[in-house]
Amino acid sequence: MKLVAQRPAAVSQSISGPPSRWDYAVDRVFRLLAQGGTWLVLLLLAAIVWEIGVKAAAAVGRYGVHFVTSSTWDVGRQQFGVLPHIWGTMYSSLLALAIGGFFGIAMAIFLTQDFLPPRLANVFRIVVELLAAIPSVVYGLWGLFVLVPAMRPLADAAYHRLGWVPFFSSTLSGPGLAPASLVLAIMILPTVAAVSQDALRLVPYRVKEAAYGMGTTRWEAILKVLLPAASTGIFGALVLGFGRALGETMALAMLIGNSNHITLSLFAPANTLAALLALNFPEAGPREVEVLMYAALVLLAITLLVNLLGEAIMRRSARRLAAR
Amino acid sequence: MKRSLSVLALLALGVFTSSSAAPAQDGLRLTGSGATFPFPLYSAWFKSFSQKHKGMTVDYQGKGSGAGIQDLINHTVDFAASDAAMTDEQIAKVPGGVQLLPMTAGEIVLGYNLPGSPKNLKLPRDVYTSIFLGKTTKWSDPKLKAANPGVNLPDLDITVVRRADSSGTTYVFTNHLAGVSEEWAKGPGVGTTVNWPKSDKFVASPKNDGVTATIRQTPGAIGYIEYAFAKFAKIDMALLQNKAGQFVAAGGDGGPAALASVQMPPNLRAWVPDPEAAKAYPIATYTWMLFYKDNKDPKKAAALRELVDYCLTDGQKLSAQMGYIPLPENVAAVVRKSAAAIQ
Repeated sequence: MKLVAQRPAAVSQSISGPPSRWDYAVDRVFRLLAQGGTWLVLLLLAAIVWEIGVKAAAAVGRYGVHFVTSSTWDVGRQQFGVLPHIWGTMYSSLLALAIGGFFGIAMAIFLTQDFLPPRLANVFRIVVELLAAIPSVVYGLWGLFVLVPAMRPLADAAYHRLGWVPFFSSTLSGPGLAPASLVLAIMILPTVAAVSQDALRLVPYRVKEAAYGMGTTRWEAILKVLLPAASTGIFGALVLGFGRALGETMALAMLIGNSNHITLSLFAPANTLAALLALNFPEAGPREVEVLMYAALVLLAITLLVNLLGEAIMRRSARRLAAR
Repeated sequence: MKRSLSVLALLALGVFTSSSAAPAQDGLRLTGSGATFPFPLYSAWFKSFSQKHKGMTVDYQGKGSGAGIQDLINHTVDFAASDAAMTDEQIAKVPGGVQLLPMTAGEIVLGYNLPGSPKNLKLPRDVYTSIFLGKTTKWSDPKLKAANPGVNLPDLDITVVRRADSSGTTYVFTNHLAGVSEEWAKGPGVGTTVNWPKSDKFVASPKNDGVTATIRQTPGAIGYIEYAFAKFAKIDMALLQNKAGQFVAAGGDGGPAALASVQMPPNLRAWVPDPEAAKAYPIATYTWMLFYKDNKDPKKAAALRELVDYCLTDGQKLSAQMGYIPLPENVAAVVRKSAAAIQ
């Protein structure tokens, strides 16, 4: 059956012939639309950056680099620093990426590599994708009312037994980094799983068959042949997921504890840039708006840096793969 | 847990339905926004006002005090509400001027969550300021035990829950703490957001309902919220020691006693940072509605005056029921007179 699917599509004779004027017109219009769409996206991004930049300019001039290296946020005394927010954003997003990425890719392998009958796999896929449709506030409430109480005994046990490990050096008082990261992991799971599935499905079946032909086991084929072949797509999935984690707002505002405190402890409250923006923007005075725009600029810069860094890592590993 | 969830859901529903009510046919529609602190009361007022006055609807969105003031300055609403009265600088931005009217008053309580939920925990002044300064960190603190003989206080960390967003409630609370403690006034200070002590045990949640939910969910938590939120979520509230040394519960005669202890100045901006009366509850505050003095539309101005009148008469009867403090007679009279400035 799989062989049938792989047979090249039968070439029909009836549609051959020189392209008509209509074909040319369609081709041109389509190209125009596609180009226009691409430019629009770029323009939109430029407009957003411009808008934020203009509004942030005054604050950038006033606070400069000090803004990203200091950790006091005191509106009354006009002291602003976002180091704890940067720390919290990176920490929670990386943690979420590690958890959500692992499970997302594992799920994608499970659903595409014939572990399940196709129909059942489809059901699973739909269920996972449904996760993406749950509103962020619901995740926040679920985290607060279900996840935190469920985690508390585990967290307490970890603190009492392993309190000397910096990751467990405080008790979980409710909202905190660990519940926030877990919820974040669930939120990015559908993105990672869906895009990795597409990437894995795009690897030609012949490649896998060739691997089996060489005498690999199933797992060797998956880990050594399929995953590297699909790595660009999977990497794209991770970058997308990470981007979502960096920008996620409402669930985090409810769960992270919003404390400007830098610590390694998983159970301590932290803060993120997105939560800072969401919670302070509605009530901000004109001065504070400038500062918040600066914070938004920092968030954009972080996202850009992470993407560039990811791209670099990707290219390096691809080169190494090719050299082998 | 279920109850607080449904309280949250109801509050959320209230916010949404009040903003999406259909306009009455060829009627007048007044829109307002601002403080969440009096939101439960205001939505009850405006609902019954709209029912009694055919053809008039009042929509109120609880966005937060600062947001309400911004809306008023940007002319996107007909009136606003705020816990922190508008400053002269802000008023200067509105051509024609703004009339501030105190409409009701409320108490801020310290809600707590302790295993076995002991009722009526007594908190001396120096202890609760020290808790919010991050210095008293255990429920088994000797000073707490001394103030509460017979109460089984566990050896549990105190988790302080504060507002994450900028908030009038925070302003009133920090204003009180600064009145009580020199150290607070010099340290975190007074404001709608302040620089809280850095500690693992200070967590922040958005809005009054968020803080309420977090207190309910966290054993060992203590946090400041508006009385009505604590009352409806059935959170235990501490008895606070006032300036005269008495421990007073929220929701009783303490609130009116606190208000009676200050004289209302002509600009109607009175603060009660630390009332001196023996029976006064220590953290009480007026909350204001803000109106344009020059509404450009006489019909609208008349409707707004009617609204104020309703709130001052029938409305005040609802206040106590909903957990707010009715305005003292003399204050209500002054407010009624001042409302004539809404033209």
